[in-house]
Amino acid sequence: MPPLPPSVPLSWYLTLSLILFVLGIAGFLFRRNIITVFMSIELMLNAVNLSFITFSYKLKQVDGHIFAFFVMVVAAAEAAVGLAIILTVFKNRQTLEIDELSSLKN
Amino acid sequence: MQLWLIPLLPLAGFAVNGLLGRRLSKTAINAVAAGSVLLSFLWVLKTLSALGVFGGGTPLEQAYTEHYYTWIQSGMLNIGVDFAIDRLTAVMLMIVTGVGFLIHVYAIGYMAHEGGYYRFFAYLNLFMFFMLVLVLGANFLLLFVGWEGVGLCSYLLIGFYFTEKFATDAGNKAFIVNRIGDFGFALAVFLIAVHFGSLDFATVFGKVQGMPVESSAGWMTAIALLLFVGATGKSAQIPLYVWLPDAMAGPTPVSALIHAATMVTAGVYMVTRSSAIFLHAHNALEVVAIIGLATAFFAATMGLAQTDIKKVYAYSTVSQLGYMFLGLGTGAFSAGIFHVMTHAFFKALLFLGAGSVIHAMSGEQDLRKMGGLRKYTPITFWTLLCASVAIAGVPPFSGYHSKDAILASAYEYAPWMYWVGVFTAGMTAFYVFRAFFLAFFGEPRWQAAAHDAHGHGHGEPHESPSSMWIPLAVLAVLSLVGGYINIPKWLEPMFKVPEEGPGIPWTALVSVAAGLLGIALAAWFYLISPAIPEGLARSFSTPYRWIYNKYFVDEFYDSVVVEPMIDGSRSLLWRVVDASGIDAIVNGTGKTARNLGGILKRMQSGSIRSYAAWVVLGSIMVIIAITMGGGR
Repeated sequence: MPPLPPSVPLSWYLTLSLILFVLGIAGFLFRRNIITVFMSIELMLNAVNLSFITFSYKLKQVDGHIFAFFVMVVAAAEAAVGLAIILTVFKNRQTLEIDELSSLKN
Repeated sequence: MQLWLIPLLPLAGFAVNGLLGRRLSKTAINAVAAGSVLLSFLWVLKTLSALGVFGGGTPLEQAYTEHYYTWIQSGMLNIGVDFAIDRLTAVMLMIVTGVGFLIHVYAIGYMAHEGGYYRFFAYLNLFMFFMLVLVLGANFLLLFVGWEGVGLCSYLLIGFYFTEKFATDAGNKAFIVNRIGDFGFALAVFLIAVHFGSLDFATVFGKVQGMPVESSAGWMTAIALLLFVGATGKSAQIPLYVWLPDAMAGPTPVSALIHAATMVTAGVYMVTRSSAIFLHAHNALEVVAIIGLATAFFAATMGLAQTDIKKVYAYSTVSQLGYMFLGLGTGAFSAGIFHVMTHAFFKALLFLGAGSVIHAMSGEQDLRKMGGLRKYTPITFWTLLCASVAIAGVPPFSGYHSKDAILASAYEYAPWMYWVGVFTAGMTAFYVFRAFFLAFFGEPRWQAAAHDAHGHGHGEPHESPSSMWIPLAVLAVLSLVGGYINIPKWLEPMFKVPEEGPGIPWTALVSVAAGLLGIALAAWFYLISPAIPEGLARSFSTPYRWIYNKYFVDEFYDSVVVEPMIDGSRSLLWRVVDASGIDAIVNGTGKTARNLGGILKRMQSGSIRSYAAWVVLGSIMVIIAITMGGGR
């Protein structure tokens, strides 16, 4: 693994991770389209991945990498299942507006 | 010696009849019920003969005890399941199993046409079990177990005809009134446990012997009085006698077995058993004597005007129990037990005879609708005559011997008690023969009544079957000669008997004269000139009304105890404590949960994003908390 340029401090990576995570939260909370919500979740996962990798690099331990791979595997599986669900939903309801998909409520 | 077999045989009979009786034939039920009691009786005989009772010498001077297992062990208190047999227990065992067996045989005939046949015999056997535990128990706790058990069986059997409201009411009354007495008994047992550290008869009475006699109030007096409260409940003494006359709602064999011969004498047995305590508390003993005398007197007056044949005998039972307590209270414990035995013979016979009369009259109990039965039921007539002369105290029959012993002791104690007792004896003779003459002599009053009641001929009264009259005959013989079983001499090692002077004391002559006078008066009133009693009732209408209505004691208790209790339960306990107290707590719990849920349910909107927002909010708060805590 090539060494990072010393001019980029650790906190920047973490700040970037935080920003991405908050963007993910905001997207999850405020967007109406299921696909966007889905992408927001992926964004949050990757933000976490970034902070894992950062700490792994900083602490010179491999654990963070392993966790990152796990998250990627889970995210891939989730994407496959999630996109299949979304496709089915769209096929049945002709909509992806999350607020209209409330037939289980009450 | 296997004493445990004695009570266990009837219990086995109860188990068989109670569990399988529905499927058994009547013959099998009879065999199990009467057979188990017969075996128990034979085992008593075998045990007693093994202990040398029927031989010479001085058997059973010491109690023979069998220890089975330790029941309760707590600190210093050690209570075992122990059965003991001494001279007093031997007498009671013979009475309970012997008379009990005869009554079981009688009941086979009497109950033949009744429903719930197996239930009746199951209860009767259960009663025998508890009664035998009561007399065999070697400590106060086992005595108490038997005591409560016979109370339960009494309740079950009084309310045997449970479709009739008066029968269930009578059962409830008996049970509740007995609870009051049992409460006193339980307190006495606690006091004994506290003060003596043991409940074993031998230990407790041994310790009592070493204590000084209490001349003023003390805790020995308290124990004695509380024990006596228990006895007033079970043995129907003033003020708790009111349940016994009502208990006649049960079948007649029950009245004979439980409410005349055995259970009601449990109080006498208990006081006699505790004689050591009573002899150390003279005040309590005086209370026993006075209550006994008052009960004997007032119950006898109430018996004068009863029209139901069983009620007459019921008040007579209360009165005779009063005699027994008079004997105990004046120190003649053995005379009291003597009277328990003779009373068991003649009073069981009176009730069984009454049952035979009722059977002959097809259920009629009203003396005013009987009469002239002598021709139709000769065996019942002769046996009831034996019982009546026995209870009236005519020598040489059994009642004379025991009653005379009690009255002699009363004279020693206080002459006025003797004179009241003699007067009561006269009344006893009068009302017993009044019932006898009304039932068996004079013009038949039943044909007209039968036609009125049913509108058709009734068939003539008929003699009872042999299973009924054979026990009657055996009891009649016992009533006549039972007085020669010298119980006071047998019990002498336990209770001192005063020296008898030569010849017949004048006290006995006076009481016999009173009895004969009572019989003569009854004959004059009800045989020769039947107009007299009605004239007397008219000219003394106020006292007659009081007696006829049993001094309004039931009404008094109703208005002083029962109705305030019901009113208080309804207006205070129900409307206030239950409705606005307990219910309010219960409903309040539910209401609070619902209100809280109503608030909290708003969080459960079903919108995923609001949940996510909560998660975010929560995580932010956790982060803030960690940061505030210094990052750790």
